[in-house]
Amino acid sequence: MSMPFNADQMIDKVRGSRVWRSVFRSGSGSSTLHRALAIQQNIFLHLFATKVRKRMVRFGVTWYLGTLTFGTFLILVITGILLMLYYHPSVPQAYADMKDLQFVVSSGLFLRNLHRWSAQLMVFLVFAHMFKVFYRGAYRTPREFNWVIGVVLLVITLLLSYTGYLLPWDQLAFWAITVGSNLSSAVPLVGSRIHFLLLGGNQVNANALLRFYVLHCVMLPLAAILFIAIHFWRIRKDGGLYVQQSEPKTQAIVDGGLAVKEGQ
Amino acid sequence: MPDATHINTKEPPAEFDRRAFFTKIGLGSLGIAAAGTIVFSYEYLSPNVLYEPSAVVNVGKPESFAVNSVTMDINSGIYLVRADEGFFSLSAVCTHLGCLTAWNQDLGIIACPCHGSKFTRTGEKIEGPAPKPLPWLKTWVSDEGDLMIDRSVDIPPLQYLRI
Repeated sequence: MSMPFNADQMIDKVRGSRVWRSVFRSGSGSSTLHRALAIQQNIFLHLFATKVRKRMVRFGVTWYLGTLTFGTFLILVITGILLMLYYHPSVPQAYADMKDLQFVVSSGLFLRNLHRWSAQLMVFLVFAHMFKVFYRGAYRTPREFNWVIGVVLLVITLLLSYTGYLLPWDQLAFWAITVGSNLSSAVPLVGSRIHFLLLGGNQVNANALLRFYVLHCVMLPLAAILFIAIHFWRIRKDGGLYVQQSEPKTQAIVDGGLAVKEGQ
Repeated sequence: MPDATHINTKEPPAEFDRRAFFTKIGLGSLGIAAAGTIVFSYEYLSPNVLYEPSAVVNVGKPESFAVNSVTMDINSGIYLVRADEGFFSLSAVCTHLGCLTAWNQDLGIIACPCHGSKFTRTGEKIEGPAPKPLPWLKTWVSDEGDLMIDRSVDIPPLQYLRI
């Protein structure tokens, strides 16, 4: 008797196996409990609520600006790590490596441009996200602390842009960082010390390039990941995404792994 | 009963005193350690040796500069000017935000490409956002007869070097 190939049965068999169950402990099944457990028992997804109201996740409410910002961040992390494989943060090798990425390395130009355009887009999306949150009044109690974390993330985003600007080590980079770091000298009393610590010297040089590289590739991304995690987790803790009273209520709908009935 | 009240007020809450004492010792040591860490980090992040070019620049023999000429040394960011009154040198670094200015022979002015500051040949500001004139730098003739400039030492303007 030949067994006809059945994809669903195969998937169920894999999901029921001991190895699969050791990783995903909630097991197979489509009951509300199973779907809730799938969210709750996943280290990444458990930051989010197991249930959301359908009208909270309508496109028109948020335009998905925060999610899109996170998307550009993921692209930047992946392309950034790949770019690091061909880039030496030393003078004058950095400039030659950047040119190699553009003209010699396969797909180097694509990855570099993807990194560059995603960076521009991320700054734009962060501002758009903040405007949307601000004009909808979604920053108000009990979400005011998440707004503060958002401001921290804005600063981290701008610092990432700024530190990344020096790394091509061309004329634009050199003079932009010369001008930008001289701004810090305007801080009263400690301005020149901040300038010295930031550059690791008195002028934009090898020390400055290395410091900006470490900030750009290690310190600031780690800070960003930490604050992004808190930012997402606070959405759940602050009662989910904000919905205005005037925004239309929709009928209760079971939605993927996320289900809730309104008014219950 | 004066004795009883006397004993009552004198009775010390001994256990809490000891606990408070150790709490203070613990927090105090943590505070000292934190302060030490800040000092340590600051010291570590400030380089003690810099591999930057020397502030003193040798620009060559005085005879190699024509009268009424402005010569820029791009690498060290200085102008050497030979005027009728004598030699002097100016910092070419804009006092606004540190861009390198350029000498424009046709207009007879020093101009900054970044934010449009303009200066005269003696460093005075003509227009633009620069808050200060370009500083005059210490200039002298070495024992070998070379013109020397110390970029780290500003001097009051209009102190010409006559040879």
